[in-house]
Amino acid sequence: MDTFLQQIVNGLTLGSIYAIVALGYTMVYGIVQLINFAHGEVVMIGALTAYSVIVALTGAQVPLPAVAIVLVATMVAIPVCMAVGYTLERTAYRPLRRAPRLAPLITAIGLSIILQHLALIVWSRNPLPYPQIIHTVPYHLTGNPNGATITNVQIAIVVTSVAMMAGLVTLVYRTKLGIAMRAVAQNPSIAGLMGIDNNRVIALTFVIGAGLGAVAGVMVGSYYGIAHYQMGFLLGLKAFSAAVLGGIGNLAGAMLGGLLLGVIEALGAGYVGDLTNLCQLSGWFDALKVRCATDPNVTLFGSNYQDVFAFIVLILVLVFRPSGLLGERVSDRA
Amino acid sequence: MNIPKKLGLSLVAAALVTVYGCGKEAPKTAQAPAAPVEEVVTIRIGHAGPLTGGIAHLGKDNENGARLAVEEATARKMKIGGKTVAFELMGEDDQADPKMGPTIAQKFVDAKVAGVVGHLNSGVTIPASAVYNQAGIPMISGSATNPKLTEQGFKNVFRLVARDDQQGPAVAQYLEAQKIKRIAIVDDATAYGEGLANEVEKTLKAGGVQVVTREKTNDKATDFKAILTKIKGRNPDAIFYGGMDATGGPMLKQARDLGIKAVFSFGDGACTDEMSKLAGAAAEGLICSQAGLPASAASKEFNDAFKAKFGDVKQYAPFTYDAANLIIAAIQKADSADPAKYLPELQAMSMKGATGTISFDEKGDRKNAEVTIFTLKGGKIEPIAVVQGGKSLGFEEFLKASAPAPMAGAPAAAPATPPAPAPEAPKK
Amino acid sequence: MHPILDLRHRPAAALVGLALVAIVLVVLPFVLTGIGTFWVRITNLAILFCLLALGLNIVVGFAGLLDLGYIAFYAVGAYTYALLASPHFGLHLPFWVILPIGAAVACFFGVILGAPTLKLRGDYLAIVTLGFGEIIRIFLNNLAQPVNITNGPQGIARIDPFRIGDLSFSTTDSIAGLTFTGPMKYYYLLLVVLIAVIAINLRLQDSRIGRAWEAIREDEVAARAMGINTRNMKLLAFAMGASFGGISGGMFSAIQGFISPESFVLVESIMVLSMVVLGGMGNIWGVVIGAVLLSFAPEILRYTVEPAQRMMFGRTLLDPEVIRMLLFGLALVLMMLFRPAGILPSALRKRELETRRSAG
Repeated sequence: MDTFLQQIVNGLTLGSIYAIVALGYTMVYGIVQLINFAHGEVVMIGALTAYSVIVALTGAQVPLPAVAIVLVATMVAIPVCMAVGYTLERTAYRPLRRAPRLAPLITAIGLSIILQHLALIVWSRNPLPYPQIIHTVPYHLTGNPNGATITNVQIAIVVTSVAMMAGLVTLVYRTKLGIAMRAVAQNPSIAGLMGIDNNRVIALTFVIGAGLGAVAGVMVGSYYGIAHYQMGFLLGLKAFSAAVLGGIGNLAGAMLGGLLLGVIEALGAGYVGDLTNLCQLSGWFDALKVRCATDPNVTLFGSNYQDVFAFIVLILVLVFRPSGLLGERVSDRA
Repeated sequence: MNIPKKLGLSLVAAALVTVYGCGKEAPKTAQAPAAPVEEVVTIRIGHAGPLTGGIAHLGKDNENGARLAVEEATARKMKIGGKTVAFELMGEDDQADPKMGPTIAQKFVDAKVAGVVGHLNSGVTIPASAVYNQAGIPMISGSATNPKLTEQGFKNVFRLVARDDQQGPAVAQYLEAQKIKRIAIVDDATAYGEGLANEVEKTLKAGGVQVVTREKTNDKATDFKAILTKIKGRNPDAIFYGGMDATGGPMLKQARDLGIKAVFSFGDGACTDEMSKLAGAAAEGLICSQAGLPASAASKEFNDAFKAKFGDVKQYAPFTYDAANLIIAAIQKADSADPAKYLPELQAMSMKGATGTISFDEKGDRKNAEVTIFTLKGGKIEPIAVVQGGKSLGFEEFLKASAPAPMAGAPAAAPATPPAPAPEAPKK
Repeated sequence: MHPILDLRHRPAAALVGLALVAIVLVVLPFVLTGIGTFWVRITNLAILFCLLALGLNIVVGFAGLLDLGYIAFYAVGAYTYALLASPHFGLHLPFWVILPIGAAVACFFGVILGAPTLKLRGDYLAIVTLGFGEIIRIFLNNLAQPVNITNGPQGIARIDPFRIGDLSFSTTDSIAGLTFTGPMKYYYLLLVVLIAVIAINLRLQDSRIGRAWEAIREDEVAARAMGINTRNMKLLAFAMGASFGGISGGMFSAIQGFISPESFVLVESIMVLSMVVLGGMGNIWGVVIGAVLLSFAPEILRYTVEPAQRMMFGRTLLDPEVIRMLLFGLALVLMMLFRPAGILPSALRKRELETRRSAG
């Protein structure tokens, strides 16, 4: 029970991070129907920028509390990522907005490689240990002193992501910019006729998504204690899967998809190995009985397939419910 | 065929000039007037490892080890077949890419090297070894640990480090000796990590230790919480991770965050000082192993010479140094740089190198390869025990037992060979 | 088609041109061996990449389906060969038996991937294929448990070389007074396969199938309205692309003698895609040129960029590997922005892409 609870806590924390990254994908997709492949790299750049700031501040022994240092680092990472997001949109996506569909996708992959290797040049290819300035405090969830815990960092991650989600929903549904965004998403040419500057709105969407990505980057870095130039790609892919799971283009869907995917991964890695342990069937097959006598772990699928779960979820959703859990069925625009 | 010949000629010329130059400089009194222009033959020795990419620093370290041996040998001015020889190291970059293994091997075959030191990764060494085998060129790897390398039946393939199935049991035996009853084993699903973890598992099981779970992650992962939580639920006394420091460090840190108190143990991939940077305070007290003797136990002569030229040893340089010296010693003994002639000498060689006494078994693996166990104390890994032939000795005891302190490879090997008209060894 | 090869209108010039190219290709390995057999091996790898790029070109260039997991088929072909011709299972079938099997297995996987994804739009398809590529690799990496099929990350060693009767492709032989090294024999074999694949591609392009693919690429709805069975046509594109990948994989296996999952990572898929994009999607000669250029890139960089850096800064600041990856990225971005039809744009593709762009 403690183990299960712990897995859920792990999954929800990871899921909150996926959710924030997924928001970046879903916003951009919602407005220009483009998978911004390079979004994962924006998250990576956020994490690494914050890393540099934290190292610099702690190195200079600035008399600030740990939380303040992390906040300052985040405040630096956000504009950096926003600048990267804007540059991507301006130089690589905007010129291709009317090109055949394949073009911006291929550009996005190219940008992703370029960003990774630029980061490699700046930050080296070594995994960089995030300075552990925030002291992790575990809170016990059950009476068991050796049982499930939730740490202050985990709480902070979940709370921040919920807050950011709420902020974003307010922005999209309650502000003028939000109305403009929805208008552009619905029909860019009519929105243009209504006096909305499409380019500005689209650029702003990229910038906001990138800002969210920066926060996610800092979260990943401080939660797992490590950052490196390749961390963004797989994270981005999984977050994209989360966005698709929830219904791409749908803000609440991204959040739901992220949390679900996080939990699926944690439980998958934690339990699929035991569930597919063939030794449970050893009563039926003699050959198995012999083998299980020496080796009680004859698993068909174990934690080694952890990264597969996200892809399988993605494929299943796309095949059986392409609109995702919360998305409405959209007509094929291709 | 024109280009290589020209290149070779110019290299010989270059070697001549340098050797001649050295001859003029080094002894202030002795040879000044005589110095007859003798014919100097250049013998090339190849070294391959990744000089670009993620583990370029280890590749460079390996190359430096081999380079040191080659330079020392040249300075000794041996005579092979009656001619003074200069050794030259041909360093190539295999990018740690299996595809490049045979290609780089071909480059050495084209250049007609006498022998090859390398490669660094097993995944690259194995495909390359087939090319060397066909060309009959001996190769000695100083760091490839995959057992398969020497199981191919190639007569010309050797290695100096303990195989995974020697290192694995050694760690396992040490853990057993620590009265571990329940262990969880994790690997990074790479050839190295999985191979090592499998051997640890095998030995521990045979020793009656209960393997509570066997998990896998991957070499780019950052999130280990899911498998660690599962492991925590099984309550092991120890955890073994087969993988590199880049993943081992964060895993250790996350485990401590989750409140796992089990002893953490690692193979040589995570047996580095980096661990204390990557895992912070959590790294203290971890246990890890390295194939062979630690750099600090390598002969003092080697360490001093290496430090003076290239700085600190990263990991396997003493092994590549020994590998190059072995090839050189075998050439000297056979009095020929022809692989066909000196290969039998290499197989029969027994010499005291920077990493201890070296001789090969019939497969080309090192006999009695030692494995050293380390712990991390005050941010640095420190040797605590040496496992050799199934016996575990405390490190201090080992040093005492193997005293007098290991001698440098090259000078020790020299007397064993029928001395060619002994050139006054240029003692400094 | 390229004017030099215009057999119909300028037969004499075309024949002379062809003869010249043929002579160069036949003599090339002897020249390269003169410099070093190493270069023959590098050339062989380049031809393998040409084959891969041509296979991917069918899917991406002809049918307009972006496949980011193409290397999976290469892996499937390579593993099929390795399992059927190595001591791993003790099987040693001859290569002419295995290569078709490899092609068939890869083709099967192509259909498995294609069938559920047919409905998906281009960008979703890209992500799914990417996931598929990773899934295949992860499975290859893990199928050593509970039953050892692929030997996991340890890979499969001692794979048989190609053999015809007593003639092994891995050894050096003298035929008619000329010395043929192993890599040279593979070169000729690869060259024959490459020519065959190019011929098939050229024929395909102008066939009913080729035009159906083109129609689907340009407008799927319209294509369906014209009576094209878009589902079957798309499946066929996947299947054919995959088969070519499978055949190249089998040859890679035999040439290498050892394979492991680390040779089939995502970056390789992206590398092949870059070749196709650089050459111009759908443009057969362009794709060949793109593949040759990018496969020689590391060697070229090694002899130019590295010494140049050392001369200017005294040390190597950026290792060629990083520069190469940056080049791949830049190739993808810049080609899409400025020359979407590739370095050798065919008149038709150029017109298409440009009108599309201005018309929006």
